[in-house]
Amino acid sequence: MSGPLVLGIESSCDETGVGIVRGHELLANEVASSVEQHVRFGGVVPEVASRAHLQAIVPALRRACATADIDLSEVDAIAVTAGPGLMGALVVGLSAAKALAVALNRPLYGVNHLVGHVAVDVLDHGPLPQPCAALLVSGGHTSLLAVNSITSDITELGATIDDAAGEAYDKVARLLGLSYPGGPVIDRVAAAGDPRAIAFPRGLTATKDLAKHRFDYSFSGLKTAVSRWVEIRRRDGLEVPMADVAASFQEAVCDVLTAKAVDACEHLGVDTLLIGGGVAANSRLRALLEERTAERGITLRRPRPALCTDNGAMIAVLGSEVVGAGLRPSSLELGANPGLPVSTVLVGADRNGR
Amino acid sequence: MNSLVLGIDTSATVCAGVAGAGVVLASGSVPDSRAHAEQLMPLVQRVLAEAGTGLSELEAIAVGVGPGPFTGLRVGVAAATVLAETLGIPVRGVCSLDVLAVQAVEGGLVGAAEFVVATDARRKEYYWARYDPSGRRLDGPHVSSPQDLPELPRVGAVTDAPLALDAGRLAAIANDLPDAGLEPLYLRRPDADVPATRKSTLLPPRVTTRRVR
Ligand SMILES: [Zn+2]
Repeated sequence: MSGPLVLGIESSCDETGVGIVRGHELLANEVASSVEQHVRFGGVVPEVASRAHLQAIVPALRRACATADIDLSEVDAIAVTAGPGLMGALVVGLSAAKALAVALNRPLYGVNHLVGHVAVDVLDHGPLPQPCAALLVSGGHTSLLAVNSITSDITELGATIDDAAGEAYDKVARLLGLSYPGGPVIDRVAAAGDPRAIAFPRGLTATKDLAKHRFDYSFSGLKTAVSRWVEIRRRDGLEVPMADVAASFQEAVCDVLTAKAVDACEHLGVDTLLIGGGVAANSRLRALLEERTAERGITLRRPRPALCTDNGAMIAVLGSEVVGAGLRPSSLELGANPGLPVSTVLVGADRNGR
Repeated sequence: MNSLVLGIDTSATVCAGVAGAGVVLASGSVPDSRAHAEQLMPLVQRVLAEAGTGLSELEAIAVGVGPGPFTGLRVGVAAATVLAETLGIPVRGVCSLDVLAVQAVEGGLVGAAEFVVATDARRKEYYWARYDPSGRRLDGPHVSSPQDLPELPRVGAVTDAPLALDAGRLAAIANDLPDAGLEPLYLRRPDADVPATRKSTLLPPRVTTRRVR
């Protein structure tokens, strides 16, 4: 026996994910993305994402069972993202998960999406040393976490006070005339540029900001600085050196992400840093983190890129951890919570002890 | 054969009901129109218990696919399709207004003339469809402002003859209604703006004003 067979459903943003795990073993990870439908809007449109989730959920369920070579009746527990995320998107996955739990007569666990990003790495690299620090970076979130126990004790050290890092990439890509999503395309264009060509600002790193926002991030000032710089060049009839702008922007983002994450490890006295979220696939972020963690003897853990972006396996494996810890299932009256705090790993335990 | 059917509709409030051989065995609704995702499955369990049956006894599922508020609508359709998938039984989508039309005819709310079923579409608009005196849909569903509706007797939530959907009736008559598919009847495109040209981030020219004494 190698742990419970858990099916996880994720629908917090624009990815419909169904994952199946047995304990820490990944059996299936089916993801249907609506990203292409959002391209012309330059960002995720909630109603478009919600409609796509409803179309994708049953086919994703079928594919996941086929890939894992299991029958739904074998599933021991259902886990689902209860938040944070887009309300209209979350309720599609939640309704599907409840229907599954009722039809199969299995327990339902409504879990935290952000904690799923942390938990997923056990599928690739085994049990997570705890305590550790985690840096989650994507189009929807940028947060720095202290992980004492993945099922019961996670605190947010800091987060972005305005745009998420991935959102800054999207906005800068748009103003440079590059495609959406911005992360991969800027990463590619930046490879040919000089990261020191332009000194863009590092948000919340000045001494006066550090007092109050030591572990917080801000990217909206950086985005404005890039925009102004480009606009002045254009106004003056000068050519915009795309590669240098992309590289310098990327350097500013990755420098501050990395510096604060390493500072958090030292502050917590932990020797493991985990990174997750879509931006964790960024080549410069990875290189800088590897360099700076190695200097300080910190072990860097990063799941394979397919597990960094939103997916159902991260929810399934967090469900598996929660089942393993003996926590009580959620009530069938569980609701979606768009602003669910990261400290709430499992939502709405059933008071009747179902 | 008693052909047990579970009916679900979330186009307005949360409704669920059970019918066997065309007879309503149980029907319930939760008036709160905001917490669809919270309330639907507990209600399904309640009506099944009331009907003295269980999910494993069901032979089909019928679901109202609207029109109605999008988020609530998706709760019902997601639940119905996943229940059917898991139980290995068929699921049929029907237009929620068609169910209201049949209820209106059965309840004697309409006479020998054609009539319109109209519900609240918010933004000062109605969802509506036109029916013959027997409750068969002739036109619609549409979404438009109230003055665009045909000059015919009206029934439904926004009219003088309000009518609440009965999911037990939905389950009983679903097979006799037109198949509406399993895509919600959105009738409106998603609210989304393609970004306009970038706004300037350069400061506007400084204008100094002097106070006139
Ligand atoms: Zn995420």
